Amino acid sequence: MATMPILPNMPALDLIKSFKLKTKQQELLIRVSILCLVYILAFITRLFSVLRYESMIHEFDPYFNYRTTLYLTQNGFYDFWNWFDYESWYPLGRIVGGTLYPGLMVTAALIYRILHFLRFAVHIREVCVLTAPFFASNTTLVAYFFGKEIWDTGAGLVAAILIAICPGYISRSVAGSYDNEGVAIFALLFTFYLFVKAVNTGSLAWSLASAFGYFYMVSAWGGYVFIINLIPLYVLVLLITGRYSMRLYVAYNCMYVLGMLLAMQIRFVGFQHVQSGEHMAAMGVFFLLQVFYFLDWVKHMLSDTKLFQAFLRITVTCAVAVGAIALGLGMLSGYISPWTGRFYSLLDPTYAKDHIPIIASVSEHQPTAWSSFMFDFHILLFLFPAGLYFCFKRLSDATIFIVMYGLTSMYFAGVMVRLILVATPAVCLVSAIAVSATVKNLTVLLRSKNKGVQTGSTKGSSSSKASSKALLDQSQPFQKNGAIALLFGAFYLLSKYATHCTWVTSEAYSSPSIVLAARGAHGSRVIFDDYREAYFWLRQNTPPDAKVMSWWDYGYQITAMGNRTVIVDNNTWNNTHIATVGRAMSSYEDEAIEIMRSLDVDYVLVVFGGVTGYSSDDINKFLWMVRIGGGVFPVIKEPDYLVNGEYRVDKGAAPKMLNCLMYKLCYYRFGEMLTEYGKPPGYDRARGVEIGNKDIKLEHLEEAFTTSNWIVRIYKVKPPNNRW
Amino acid sequence: MAISRYVLLVFTIAMLASTAISDPILTKVNRHVENPGPLIMSEVLLAFPELQSKNLAYLTASSHETKGKPKGSVVSLPIKAVNLDDRPSAATFYSVLLPKEVAAGESFTLDVLAVFTHALRPVPEQITQADIQLVLYRDSVYYLSPYEVKVQSLSVKLPDSKIESYTKLESTKVHGSEIKYGPYENLPPFSLSPITFHFESNLPFAVAQELVREIEISHWGNVQVTEHYKLIHGGAKSKGEFSRRDFQARPNDRGASAFSFLVAHLPARARSVYYRDLIGNISTSHLRVDSRKSELVIEPRYPMLGGWKTAFTIGYGLPLQDFLYESEENRFLNMTFGSPMIELVIDTLIVKVVLPEGSSGISAAAPFPIKQWQETKISHLDIGGRPVVVLEKTNVVPEHNQYFQVYYKFSGLSMLREPLMLISGFLFVFAACIGYMHADTSISKSSASYLAKQQWEEVQVLIQKVQNVINRCLAMHDNLEASLRDLSRTGDVQACKAARKSADGLLKELSKEMKPLLTSLQAYSSAAQILPKVEELVAKERELQEKVMLKHSTAVEGYERKSGARDIDHRVALLQQKITALKQEVDDLLQFIDDI
Repeated sequence: MATMPILPNMPALDLIKSFKLKTKQQELLIRVSILCLVYILAFITRLFSVLRYESMIHEFDPYFNYRTTLYLTQNGFYDFWNWFDYESWYPLGRIVGGTLYPGLMVTAALIYRILHFLRFAVHIREVCVLTAPFFASNTTLVAYFFGKEIWDTGAGLVAAILIAICPGYISRSVAGSYDNEGVAIFALLFTFYLFVKAVNTGSLAWSLASAFGYFYMVSAWGGYVFIINLIPLYVLVLLITGRYSMRLYVAYNCMYVLGMLLAMQIRFVGFQHVQSGEHMAAMGVFFLLQVFYFLDWVKHMLSDTKLFQAFLRITVTCAVAVGAIALGLGMLSGYISPWTGRFYSLLDPTYAKDHIPIIASVSEHQPTAWSSFMFDFHILLFLFPAGLYFCFKRLSDATIFIVMYGLTSMYFAGVMVRLILVATPAVCLVSAIAVSATVKNLTVLLRSKNKGVQTGSTKGSSSSKASSKALLDQSQPFQKNGAIALLFGAFYLLSKYATHCTWVTSEAYSSPSIVLAARGAHGSRVIFDDYREAYFWLRQNTPPDAKVMSWWDYGYQITAMGNRTVIVDNNTWNNTHIATVGRAMSSYEDEAIEIMRSLDVDYVLVVFGGVTGYSSDDINKFLWMVRIGGGVFPVIKEPDYLVNGEYRVDKGAAPKMLNCLMYKLCYYRFGEMLTEYGKPPGYDRARGVEIGNKDIKLEHLEEAFTTSNWIVRIYKVKPPNNRW
Repeated sequence: MAISRYVLLVFTIAMLASTAISDPILTKVNRHVENPGPLIMSEVLLAFPELQSKNLAYLTASSHETKGKPKGSVVSLPIKAVNLDDRPSAATFYSVLLPKEVAAGESFTLDVLAVFTHALRPVPEQITQADIQLVLYRDSVYYLSPYEVKVQSLSVKLPDSKIESYTKLESTKVHGSEIKYGPYENLPPFSLSPITFHFESNLPFAVAQELVREIEISHWGNVQVTEHYKLIHGGAKSKGEFSRRDFQARPNDRGASAFSFLVAHLPARARSVYYRDLIGNISTSHLRVDSRKSELVIEPRYPMLGGWKTAFTIGYGLPLQDFLYESEENRFLNMTFGSPMIELVIDTLIVKVVLPEGSSGISAAAPFPIKQWQETKISHLDIGGRPVVVLEKTNVVPEHNQYFQVYYKFSGLSMLREPLMLISGFLFVFAACIGYMHADTSISKSSASYLAKQQWEEVQVLIQKVQNVINRCLAMHDNLEASLRDLSRTGDVQACKAARKSADGLLKELSKEMKPLLTSLQAYSSAAQILPKVEELVAKERELQEKVMLKHSTAVEGYERKSGARDIDHRVALLQQKITALKQEVDDLLQFIDDI
């Protein structure tokens, strides 16, 4: 009777046996599930902003992107492409289709269309808010494949995990951060991956794919210039190090020619791609590669080395001469435009400070501080050199690429804060190599030892066992313990990284900056929603054709949320126009009114943080208004506003400062206000001083609206007095 | 109309109240009707001058049959608009059908409630922040009536005792905010005498220029109500500066006519309430929930000064069972018509009831005349769109907050439509994936790499088959072992022998199966490096097989000879050791081949 329990068990055991996965399948299963989890993780970690605030568009530029996407979905692609926007840069207007990178908007509109085709009636805003996280998730997949291509699947997985939560990337891709960078980093990494794949395989198909990846990148972000300079540089390095191959020739030529033709289809780029100085390196390398190939062919045909040497000399001299003359002629005739200021400021960090105040005035264009490197990369910062070591140890075409990408982008990240974003994928990949290689070495050590103990009695037959035996013999004392300790150390570091990233994401990078949150006296959360209060007031209670003058930072937000015409906005294409606004803000009221009348201004909007202690307000930005205004109009002299070389607003301030329009508009009737207990009325909490001019009278302007926390103040320009 | 030709003695008290709600004017008319004439009277005519009739939002009449009855027995009477040719065109007439005919000499009391909107005109039209808002109201001191009036008096209740001016007649008395006129006696029909009141009013003049209420029914248990408001402050327009400083420091003095919050009385059990506008969530709102009602206090983004506009949306979900009544396939929705904000006058109210896809036989009923039509709305996972009943009414006041019904037919099976669609969608995706994995997408069928790949696949299939055979062999070995164990327990030698015989036959068959597989494997060039391993595997397995057979036969023999268990074990032990080693090797080889 005891057989009874055995018999029915038999088929069940068989069943389990047949379901038992092979090692390879197990590995595949684990890998795919890790990737899926990383994909989801990358998405949900970016939703902190939605949880903390709401599903909304963040910051400044995203509002323009959102507005154009809305226009695209409502009016179709052709209207969008030919859109002349009357609502910005009054009275100049802006040709939107020709002055933007449409990749982001088209992507979002496409997702929107697809969802609607599948009958998911989502709002375009939700699509826009979630575009960046969605593309960040896709980037993790690309990082996996890239890591797999340059090292192995392990490194790929680690790279995917690292990039999924790296703060340097999250800062630009949280939900609501609907900016070009959101999709551009995906496009950038994807293009690089495809190009490396093309170089590794020499396949025309991969090269073609990388050309299309490049096209997408060009359509999405001005940072494509980085690709079109890095890839030629990489090709050049391969040429110099003697790694030239037919694979490289195929990959680069196809990518460059097709990529160029495709990129020229974007109206904002157009013929710049063959004419401007930034793109000349790629063209030069393209011709160089042809010369190289030609020489290779001649060398193959000529058996006589002496003859070849002579030929080489002549050809190289001719090629260099022709190239130099062409470049010189192009530059002289103006056919090839010189490098733009932005490009210069990248190569020379001090350039912008001296020559282009408008670039220097943007906080994200400042040189990066060490702390922000630490903040954005955390442990990756010292894993990066370790990864470089591993790359150099196993040098190949692919690792050379990642090393070059890492080093150049790290340099740029040092020059400008916002370019940390570009460096992030490279840093993650190189660090992933370090982590993966280290952990792999350690685990091999551990596993071999364990196996040695286990199978010590049985005879080892397979080759792997033999090698493990050999390793075992070489091993030093305490190696196993050391390996365990190191593994724990690595685990500790990585877990620290994860907690750091989560903390940074939730605390620092999830604020929409439109809605400000502060801790109240009792620890409760206080929300300052003044920006939207003001914009919505503009939208509802001013004439539809009213023109609003404000500093350019708020231009996009006013047009998108307030739906009113602005004089200048964040697309800083016309320096003179911005300087005019800067001049009006820094002049006396009766001078300013002339400028405002000439610009048809109906309302003036200023941002003021004196009541709440909000520090990025217009008074703190005032030095840039003076500098930019003074850069074009010499009437404005910066020293007039300075006392001992600094801007002050208290009693010791310069008289011009105390009476300029900006000061008056910010502090109008502020002198009566008690802001803080125990301080005199008119105490400015943002700057911590009592203001110098408390008796402000406005002659040509009147207060039209001030938000509940005084952050935004709107003034109406009075019509001219009737003449009797 | 024959009736009015006879002299009717009508005793009327008119009461005008400008109540807490600023804009609408409530007029309550208490009429005592006596029928003196020889005829039986069955209806009463109400007249409104043109000035008022275009503002008339709501009109209801109720009756007390006799004076002694308590107020509880109020019956509202049917009213219809009538067009009288022989009457002055400047007046509009409504006829009230009496509950029972009033014979000559009998009397009858009628209560008429009329609500007017936009009847208060701000004078001056524009005020600064510091000014007080004054409004002007015009009416007639005599109640406009097509009948002769016996006695009439009028009392006017104003919101505040601060009265700028009012028409003074000989019989006027003022008590605080109340002004009394009359009584007047024996007035001829259609007598009019204009009076005006100019008084202070700082009550919120909240006017919704347009309100779209969308009520979406989901049979999964939710009624989602979304209300889009376009609000304006309908009082005196604000001019000049708006000083936040003054408004914050002295809100009662500077900007007294402004209102900064509204209260919405949502139905009980309202959930997931939100308050937002075009540019995002509005954080200034409070929700108070208790078991009987939910009260939502909303503040617009900015205080509403005279003439300022705002627009916002509130939305909430309600439990379906509180509002939907069903019997089999017939269902009807029973909901209130107007806005949950009771201080609001609505110029145009559009109520859209979105029924689930697949509803039919749709009709709507409301207690007052209403414009209605149907449209369709495409929402999540719809194919043809959901039917929408649209009801439109202008000049809506809180008195219109009455129940309306939408009747429709809906089969419960239609509820499964959307889940099924989702399931089939996923099914399709998976099927497409499977199809893609099995499809041959190569374009050059003759290229070397393609052929090599194809060959390799064939090799893999063959190896899979080999592995199968080996696994079956191994299973057979396990069977033999099991039979040995049975033997030791039951001592049934014959059964054990039979098991060996059958196993022997099967194993032979299996080795026969194996042969063609190996020969065909040899034919492939790409199998070159795996072939030695496979052959080794087969050889080892053969060896293992022999050993197992040997062990089996030895054990059985020992059993037949009745040797002791220990003796058998001893004899088998050596074999057993070999078998274990071989089994290990076979397993290793299988693993190795797996990993290739």
